[in-house]
Amino acid sequence: MIEITHLHKRYGSQPVLRDVTARVVPGTVTALIGANGSGKSTLLSAVGRLIPFEAGRIDIAGTGVHDWHHRELARMLSILRQAPRLDLRLTVEEVVEFGRFPHNEGPPTDEDRAAIEDALGLMSLREIRDRSIHELSGGQRQRAFIAMVIAQETRYVLLDEPLNNLDMKYAGRVMAVLTTLAHRRGRAVVVVLHDINMAAAYADTVVALRDGEVVHVGSVEDTMTETVLERVYGVPFPVVRVGERPFCVYHTHPASRAPEQAPEQAPEQAPEQAPERAPETTPPDHR
Amino acid sequence: MVTGFPAGRRLRTRAPRLVGWPVLVGGIVVVGVVSLFLGAAPVSPAALLKGDTEAWRLLLLSRVPRLVAVLLSGAGLAVSGLILQTLLQNRFASPSTVATADGARLGFLVAVLLFPAAPAAVRVAVAAAVAMAATAGFVAAVRRLRYRSVVIVPLVGLVLGNVLSAIAEALAFHFDMVQSVSSWLTGDFSMVVQGRYEMLYLGIPLMAVALRFARRITVAGFGGDTAHALGLDYTRVLSAAVLIVSGITALVVVVGGQLPFVGLVVPNLVALIAGDNLRVTLLPTALAGAFFVLIADVVGRVVIFPYEIPIGLTIGVIGSAAFLVTMSRRSTHVAGA
Ligand SMILES: Nc1ncnc2c1ncn2[C@@H]1O[C@H](COP(=O)(O)OP(=O)(O)OP(=O)(O)O)[C@@H](O)[C@H]1O
Ligand SMILES: [Mg+2]
Repeated sequence: MIEITHLHKRYGSQPVLRDVTARVVPGTVTALIGANGSGKSTLLSAVGRLIPFEAGRIDIAGTGVHDWHHRELARMLSILRQAPRLDLRLTVEEVVEFGRFPHNEGPPTDEDRAAIEDALGLMSLREIRDRSIHELSGGQRQRAFIAMVIAQETRYVLLDEPLNNLDMKYAGRVMAVLTTLAHRRGRAVVVVLHDINMAAAYADTVVALRDGEVVHVGSVEDTMTETVLERVYGVPFPVVRVGERPFCVYHTHPASRAPEQAPEQAPEQAPEQAPERAPETTPPDHR
Repeated sequence: MVTGFPAGRRLRTRAPRLVGWPVLVGGIVVVGVVSLFLGAAPVSPAALLKGDTEAWRLLLLSRVPRLVAVLLSGAGLAVSGLILQTLLQNRFASPSTVATADGARLGFLVAVLLFPAAPAAVRVAVAAAVAMAATAGFVAAVRRLRYRSVVIVPLVGLVLGNVLSAIAEALAFHFDMVQSVSSWLTGDFSMVVQGRYEMLYLGIPLMAVALRFARRITVAGFGGDTAHALGLDYTRVLSAAVLIVSGITALVVVVGGQLPFVGLVVPNLVALIAGDNLRVTLLPTALAGAFFVLIADVVGRVVIFPYEIPIGLTIGVIGSAAFLVTMSRRSTHVAGA
């Protein structure tokens, strides 16, 4: 179990996490949601002991995150960062193989091989295993990094926006794989999601952050209401039902329009305004 | 240029093993043997076969030591460059661009001036110590940089290197040794004879340690966060790497002098074909470095035969050409790194 108690984190004078208390139970998928800058990545990095924090506790399986031996913890907990970067030119297979590093520093054993093949297969990477990850598309590369985390075979799996760059098919596939890991293999999966409908379709629990505070914890049914979504995002996104499932129609909500644009204005007017605005930037000579 | 990776679609890890090894090993053997019979004083295979003692003496006293020194220096510098480039995630890192070599030279000078009678081992030790301090300082400075662009890393190295060189020059001036110090600037293997190069053998265990650390160094090259997430003791690997690189560089500087470009160009050339997984590329890089310096050495001995050009110069010419080629072929990668 991951237990976060009264966690505080600030960058300089700016508080980024404020009194965050939450727990993650093995065997479940927890979706972490919240607006941009609400502190999701910061929280995940703190749990993955990638950044320090000022106050509070994070316990992984009963032991404080900083009391773990780093190698032991890496066998227990894996983390996929938001937009991971890799300057090294490695093949897809090599990248996934490095997911086994916490278990085995030497050449891969049969067990490692099995984990690598499993991960490559789950992310449909077998055909491109020998390609350098630098010549892959954004989505292919993202799948390679997810496969690396899967190959790490940890009880706790943290993923920061794993669906970035993925097409519809693979976004669904990744969520299905994560659900399988949690429900069949007893892993605790925490996944940062922006698409609330993905959370609604796959998560067991939803934790919502706003301005560094936990403003909601609940099941999908609890979460998918206009009241809760307004509390989380500041906008009462409408929720409809598609078949059995709640479905949030945020795609065309007025709140997603550009702020400087009045709602009535047709977008075609914008280019016409541009030349008129331009002289304003030059200093008026009649002053 | 769109293709940063001339290796093409498939960056194979197996191909270079099959193609690269015979070429490198064969090349080293052939050119190495040729180099044994190259020099003002004639040593011919026929004379050796006849049991000509003078020929054998020359071979064992001068030609073999020189060949060994050349090969070990090349391998060591290339491996050092590879380690630095991986750890710093920067293609321009190498012992000579990251102040390691300047530190070694300063240390060597200090040892020569302060303990003129001390054995060579002391010189190596002092050179290695100063090289270590310089490299560690450099790494610490770079890690603290908030904005770590591709050029800023070698730039910091350049500044630090220049400071160290300036100190060395001031020392040399003070002790009235400017002449001899500037002659150490350019690498030169013509003075390498039996009894003056054996310390270089220490480079072999250092490279063996690097090979043992290969996977860990590659993981460190993923960057601090990912390395941490994979459970790597980042600081320990960094320290070990600094030790290895400084040790090797000090050995080379004390025995052969400054050899630019080797640590910069060779790892880049090998990575172009074989990628950045050190477990795969470390040995080929060592061999390629040895081959590279060997060729430069032979060229320097042939061009104005029976005289020779110091190897520092031939390496400068061959190296800068090779450098331009590598950099232009991987322009996208450099820009994006
Ligand atoms: N290294 C840093 N230094 C200073 N401030 C930071 C740093 N990293 C994040 N912040 C700030 O902390 C706050 C939370 O950032 P965080 O990355 O956790 O947000 P997030 O919820 O992951 O957002 P997003 O959805 O955009 O990924 C933001 O206001 C951000 O500006
Ligand atoms: Mg984030």
